[in-house]
Amino acid sequence: MSETKNWPMWEVFVRSRRGLSHNHVGSLHAPDAEMALRNARDLYTRRQEGVSIWVIPSAQITASSPDEKDEFFDPAADKIFRHPTFYKLPAEVDHM
Amino acid sequence: MASTPEAAPRQAQRQPGHDPASLAAKVAAPRNRVGAYEPLVDYVLRLGDDALILSQRLVDWVAKSPVIEEDIALANIALDLLGQARMLLTYAGSQLPEPKSEDDLAYWRQSAQFRCAHLVEIPGGDFARTMARQLVFSTYQQLLYSQLETSTDATIAAIAAKASKEVRYHVDHATKWVLRLGDGTEESHGRMQAGIDAVWPYTAELFDADAGVTPYATDRTDQALQPLITDGICPDPAMLQAPWQEAVVAVLETATLTIPQTRWHARGGRTGIHTAHLDYVLAEMQTVARAHPGAAW
Repeated sequence: MSETKNWPMWEVFVRSRRGLSHNHVGSLHAPDAEMALRNARDLYTRRQEGVSIWVIPSAQITASSPDEKDEFFDPAADKIFRHPTFYKLPAEVDHM
Repeated sequence: MASTPEAAPRQAQRQPGHDPASLAAKVAAPRNRVGAYEPLVDYVLRLGDDALILSQRLVDWVAKSPVIEEDIALANIALDLLGQARMLLTYAGSQLPEPKSEDDLAYWRQSAQFRCAHLVEIPGGDFARTMARQLVFSTYQQLLYSQLETSTDATIAAIAAKASKEVRYHVDHATKWVLRLGDGTEESHGRMQAGIDAVWPYTAELFDADAGVTPYATDRTDQALQPLITDGICPDPAMLQAPWQEAVVAVLETATLTIPQTRWHARGGRTGIHTAHLDYVLAEMQTVARAHPGAAW
């Protein structure tokens, strides 16, 4: 079906029953947002995976570029003090 | 009525058996009806067979849908219907004088023993016609099940309560597509109109209170369901027609489609008089079970 080539891509986010946030689960094609939501229900919540769905046009996502990986992510590598491993916990807290 | 003394000499002069009235009476005679069921069993089989055969029809689309997303959507709907059919056939089987299992009923009956409406057994045609059938049937099922939720029969009420949620989604799914195709391109509008035109004559049978016992009768009711209606087990199907018409017409008008005007309408499915299409559906559905009786996996 050549028409489907014109169908935009949508990214699907599902919040699980006990989850606090929507997690990206995959993508799909649909002619519009309403149909995207229904397709997402049929494709990604068949096994009770979720209680809430978001769909977002893939074209609306601005993504970081693999070319920028070095300057984006490497500078964090040696900043181990950003991990909360150097703090002394009071004994009463025990294991946190 | 065929054997009244007055009629006998006249019939003798004609080709025996070629008189439509006598043929109709012969077909309708209780002893010639394959599997005459008690009213409750008969009714539950109508519900179950509608779901089973439409489920099988939807499976025709698996791996052939316009897009993979729709492939899965139709398979999901088919599975919902199959689940309903399993519960209903299990219940019908348990109420028979000699109890039968869901598999006995699904795989070992002949077409004349099925009680589905012609609407669910005719081929699905193109995607638009399939959506037209889904719209008219699911809307009917939604109204029916919402009534059956308060059935005095606890099993039917429980099955209806579970199925209602599923069917609401089926209506939503079909509605979305009918709106998009009807109010879409010239090509999609034409196909959607043709689809609605094709299924429309098959819708009236859903609301026949009768079992259409006499195939050529004009009277719409033979009181087959009357005991169940009186006992509050099922609604009078005819009562569902007005709300059904209102709901479906609203969708069709929004979709810029024309409401078909038809004079002929299908009937007979409820007494086991089916289109030839059902035999092909059954041949495919039953072949494995009949080739390997009793097999389990």
